[in-house]
Amino acid sequence: MKGLLKSLVSGYLALVLVFLYLPIAVMMVMAFNQSPLYRLPVVWDTVWFEELAGNERLLGASLNSVVLALINAVIATALGTMAALAFARYQFRGKTLLQILLFPPITIPWLIIGTSMLILFFWTGIGRGLHAMLLGHVALSLPYVIVVVGARLKSFGVTLEEAAATLGASPWQVFWRVSAPVMGPGIVAAALFAFAVSFDQFVISYFLAPPGISTLPVEIYSAIRKGFTPEINAISTIIILVSMGLMLLFARFSRFGGER
Amino acid sequence: MSIVEVDKVSKHYGTVAALENVSLSFADGEFFGLLGPSGSGKTTLLRSIAGFVEPDQGDIRIDGAPVRDTPVHRRDIGMVFQNYALFPHLSVFDNVAFGLSVRGAPRREIAAQVAAMLDLVRLGGLQERRPRELSGGQQQRVALARALITRPRVLLLDEPLGALDKRLRQEMQIELKQIQREVGITTVFVTHDQEEALTLSDRIAIFNEGRVVQVGQPNEVYERPATAFAAAFLGDANFFTGRAGSPNGTGSLGAGAPRRVLLADGDAILTTSPLPADGEPVRLAVRPEKFEIYRSGAGPAAGDAMNRLSGRVLQAIYSGSSITYKVDVRGQEVTVFEQNRSAQPFPPGEAVDLVWAPRHSVPVEP
Repeated sequence: MKGLLKSLVSGYLALVLVFLYLPIAVMMVMAFNQSPLYRLPVVWDTVWFEELAGNERLLGASLNSVVLALINAVIATALGTMAALAFARYQFRGKTLLQILLFPPITIPWLIIGTSMLILFFWTGIGRGLHAMLLGHVALSLPYVIVVVGARLKSFGVTLEEAAATLGASPWQVFWRVSAPVMGPGIVAAALFAFAVSFDQFVISYFLAPPGISTLPVEIYSAIRKGFTPEINAISTIIILVSMGLMLLFARFSRFGGER
Repeated sequence: MSIVEVDKVSKHYGTVAALENVSLSFADGEFFGLLGPSGSGKTTLLRSIAGFVEPDQGDIRIDGAPVRDTPVHRRDIGMVFQNYALFPHLSVFDNVAFGLSVRGAPRREIAAQVAAMLDLVRLGGLQERRPRELSGGQQQRVALARALITRPRVLLLDEPLGALDKRLRQEMQIELKQIQREVGITTVFVTHDQEEALTLSDRIAIFNEGRVVQVGQPNEVYERPATAFAAAFLGDANFFTGRAGSPNGTGSLGAGAPRRVLLADGDAILTTSPLPADGEPVRLAVRPEKFEIYRSGAGPAAGDAMNRLSGRVLQAIYSGSSITYKVDVRGQEVTVFEQNRSAQPFPPGEAVDLVWAPRHSVPVEP
């Protein structure tokens, strides 16, 4: 009976892994297949990566994406950390309301948020462009940063800072010698999160991108509409490897120093 | 070292009074316990001395100088927190060195002082460990060493032994007291553990609802509780209510002789403590271990020297070295704590007499 249950559980786990990773594996294999029509058996070749290297549209979009995600990570992490500190350390009017208001942006469909941003930006004259995308991405990634940093802050509380103060540390010394090193892993994790939110973002970028400027997800979308080329497989493979690397970093940092 | 004065300090949170006109004075080198139930204001007072709480009214002075405008990091205090608050990202050495390091002390001096301090708390050899690699008792000692290394004017302890198990707590109590004596630092500590307060303190203040109920040496406070709350919070107490009576009619009484408190049904209890005027209501407290328990009619006779009340055993709780009786005395349940000297405890239902000396009947404010 126990053996049966165990094999059922193992089978289930195998199925989940297959459904999650088979499409990705197929895509990565096809990125190295010479045939544009996915003919089997696979003829290993890096032709699509070479093609990609000459595809300025796709590379330009990738650069836009990376730069946007980096700037977004810096701004969202700075603002979000300050907000998380305020939530964790201070009492102020409307705190609970603000905390509740953090979560709807996570649950409201991006399509709706994107539409509303487009309307607002058009109406206020902000218009479209990378600056508008950045605004949208920062707004979108802030709640994630606040939640991640907030969780870290909660785990060590205010007494470490109080202890440092009783030992003669000025507020500035308290921040650099205690708060920052202890919060550090949480902040790094939040920054990676913010980077990923921006890098993955399609809907808002699509709505706010003016003609001629696009990000990688938007470019992939238009490329697929025009006719699929295996270059997409190649760039996707690169993205998958990069994001898995980021995720491993995230896992490492969110645990690092988490023990007390 | 230093003298700390708390002068008419009040602190309100909304309509709740955390501290209400509290005045206390801690002598140089004194080990002073703040004892009370949670929410009684003892922690608020400790945090006010540290500088985390700003009193609404009143002053706190260290060596005569008010500290109201001195921020925490300039108050020159040491504090041990309930959960130690060791820095998780620093080694034991760096934790202990922190106070010297933020003051910019030279490295060689830091190393020497940390080593000496770790010796004092018997933690030599653990310098490179992280706090999470230490046992609870070791963490406690690191916290103490860290607080003492700057030679602060006052040491504040917030439930310092609360997170340890009972045996370790008793060991650490002795050690803590030794270290405090050795360093000779004025120490204020907060606890809700009455035994800990009695063991460690030179003096105790009992808190209730933001006020100081009583201040005194442990034995004073225990033997002569001022209020019913102090009597019941610090140890157990039985209460008898009656009215102050005239000196008993045997004619043998001079000044300082016991006076009587008349109970409702004609019985009387003698006390050597001052009483209000005749006829005024009086509440007497008697500690459970002050009674002697005898089979009905046995033992010393009642008279000027002894109180004697009859009762019936309701329950006898045997715990090896001692026996706790619940005795029905005139419809009131009285707790009696008896060293286990007799071979056979009194069974429930047995008629017994409780006998005790008049000096153990202590009038308390209700």
